[in-house]
Amino acid sequence: MTTAFLEILNGEKLSREKIPHLSFHNFQENALDIVKNGGKIVQYFGFQDEDSAMKLMAVLRTDKLLVACCDAKDVYPSLSKTCEPFHMFEREIAEQFGIRPEDHPWLKMVRYHANYRNKPDVFGNDYKEDIPGNYEYYKVEGDEIHEVAVGPVHAGVIEPGHFRFNCIGERVLHLEIQLGYQHRAVENLFYTVQAKRLPILAENIAGDTTIGHSLCMAQAVEALTSVTPDKGAQIIRTIALELERLANHIGDLGALSGDVAFLPPANYFGRLRGDFLNLSLLLCGNRFGKGLVRPGGVCFSLDDDIRATLGERLKELKPQMGHVFELLFSASTVRARFEYCGIVSTDDAEKLGLVGPAGRASGIGYDVRREFSTEYYGKIDIPENKKTSCDVYARARIRYDEILQSINIIQSLIKKPVQTQCVNDSNYNLSASSFVVTLNEAWRGEVSHVMLTDKEGKILRYKVKDPSFHNWMGLAMSLRDTGISDFPLNNKSFNLSYCGFDL
Amino acid sequence: MLNTLKNRFEQGYRTCDYPKEKPAVFSRYRGKPIIQKDVSNDMVKACANACPQDAIDVDSNKIDMGRCVFCGTCERISNGKFVRFSGDFEISTFRKEHLLTDGDLPALAEHSKQHFKKLFGRSLQLRQVSAGGCNACEADLNVLATPFFDLARFGINFVASPRHADGIVVTGPVSRNMKTALLKTYDAIADPKVVIAVGSCAITGGPFLGSPEITQGLDTILPVDLFIPGCPPHPLTNLHALLTFFK
Repeated sequence: MTTAFLEILNGEKLSREKIPHLSFHNFQENALDIVKNGGKIVQYFGFQDEDSAMKLMAVLRTDKLLVACCDAKDVYPSLSKTCEPFHMFEREIAEQFGIRPEDHPWLKMVRYHANYRNKPDVFGNDYKEDIPGNYEYYKVEGDEIHEVAVGPVHAGVIEPGHFRFNCIGERVLHLEIQLGYQHRAVENLFYTVQAKRLPILAENIAGDTTIGHSLCMAQAVEALTSVTPDKGAQIIRTIALELERLANHIGDLGALSGDVAFLPPANYFGRLRGDFLNLSLLLCGNRFGKGLVRPGGVCFSLDDDIRATLGERLKELKPQMGHVFELLFSASTVRARFEYCGIVSTDDAEKLGLVGPAGRASGIGYDVRREFSTEYYGKIDIPENKKTSCDVYARARIRYDEILQSINIIQSLIKKPVQTQCVNDSNYNLSASSFVVTLNEAWRGEVSHVMLTDKEGKILRYKVKDPSFHNWMGLAMSLRDTGISDFPLNNKSFNLSYCGFDL
Repeated sequence: MLNTLKNRFEQGYRTCDYPKEKPAVFSRYRGKPIIQKDVSNDMVKACANACPQDAIDVDSNKIDMGRCVFCGTCERISNGKFVRFSGDFEISTFRKEHLLTDGDLPALAEHSKQHFKKLFGRSLQLRQVSAGGCNACEADLNVLATPFFDLARFGINFVASPRHADGIVVTGPVSRNMKTALLKTYDAIADPKVVIAVGSCAITGGPFLGSPEITQGLDTILPVDLFIPGCPPHPLTNLHALLTFFK
């Protein structure tokens, strides 16, 4: 297959003039060709060039990363119409820039905000009014149909979002998820604030994915300043990303135990998660890894005493974890609830572009650590984690496998002393007229940032994509034809980010 | 069954003795900032310039814990000579202006409203509203329910409905899209009620300062009784604030 798209590397600096600038028709044909042949969308977004001309840019992936851009018209024929994976991206572009994808199968807002160009709103909203929830949800008609509306404020200590179930009896025919309540305009802040705030912004896109997003931002800045972190920093960053994965995966297994009313492992996993959060604190003083990653390296070294404590704690926690795993997965009552619940077929998962554990549980083995490795991952053997049962059980088992692997990864990395020159002051003198895309496998899957700079080296466009952007539709699909009482269980099995999606 | 019991014995008793005894926190933890007075003006200015949150007030030589995200930049730049983050996690205040500090905080217990203690001292039911933010504050409030902290042993619980609640705990910078839902939740709680702002986002807007989509401080829209700073506040900071203010 020949393509007009240009092959690029993860975290590679590229002069913007090298990016193929195609006609819209050509851009569309090539993009559709790649995605219909199994390619995936990493990024597809709009931006205004220096002369405020509106452009579209796509980063696609096959076994390589590919990029191209084109001029954007205010109305264009929707790609989603024939190729589902584009649907969320087209809605986002419509909301951000007032560009209408004609014949989009389900054109509705993503985050409830006015577009950046003062164009008429594609969805007909007036943002001076309270917009969230002021929307005609998808309705299933029939005498026996009932609706359940949940949120934005939920019953627990969790983030806001609205869930609308259309049910017949207990059976869910359709679940619609409408988010946007957490919208803080993060992407725009990236080019309006002073450079010293960039790491703080990245850390707060999604607090549970602090390291994942921080790495994407740091690698982007490093690419455009031609800085390479030393080996020690790469190892510490890798350890931090794995600690983040551990804490979250363990927490998820605890939440899953809780939702099938098996309280002992729910409590043990809850406690163990805290132990892993504390290991991040041991490393950098913050339970979520905030303050650790900065462009150029890390702010905290892995001194021998810290390394020893980390090793001791892991040695102590690992067997305990094993026993709780056994408790959870050997219980027939747990298996009965997990198995065959919330199935998302591999075919659906492909069309939705699911990533991370949710994708791997549905038979899509993709893992950034294996395919576009950053930091120290190139030197680590990451097994392919893939399940084929596509249900809650698969999503739980993926976490189980990855927890054991992550512990092993960290244990192997801390065998020898790790030395790094801590970063005091990051370099933010970005190359002018440049482009970079960064990808990392955070615990929920592929996190990706794109940074474009103008002629003066200022950030022209900063694009953030959390894996949740792909995966929320997966949760909606998992509920099809499932009992509504299984919603919490399915929700926890995905455990997606509201703030990472809402930006 | 045997397996369940075996695990139970292995797990043992894990609940901390706080407030009787302070649990040990790893040494790199950044708690209450302590300001050293005898430091050159240039050093203070260098720290203020480098601070990503502009949380350092050059005139008064103080640091605003409401804006601070405890990233440790100032401590690193001054090599601890201007700011040193101590291991003290008891950093909450009942007034916003007290967050601008040199490390000397008014004792929270003495300034708690006495009628709050009388009303809520034995039982405090809280409704949490997440309004923007990054979900780290929520995560570290949630862990208060885990065995190590076991908030319920103090008669304090997070409840599902504002109708069951004595107060509201707000996290996040109150995004435009959550403001109405937050105010409705507040209205649904019976008087007298308490309002607690958790995290730098809720207190000042935190990392999202300057965004047109947020509210610059919860106290601009609701009367806040208790400010718990941090990004996010350590669970023990939350625990200290709740126990000291209400018990």
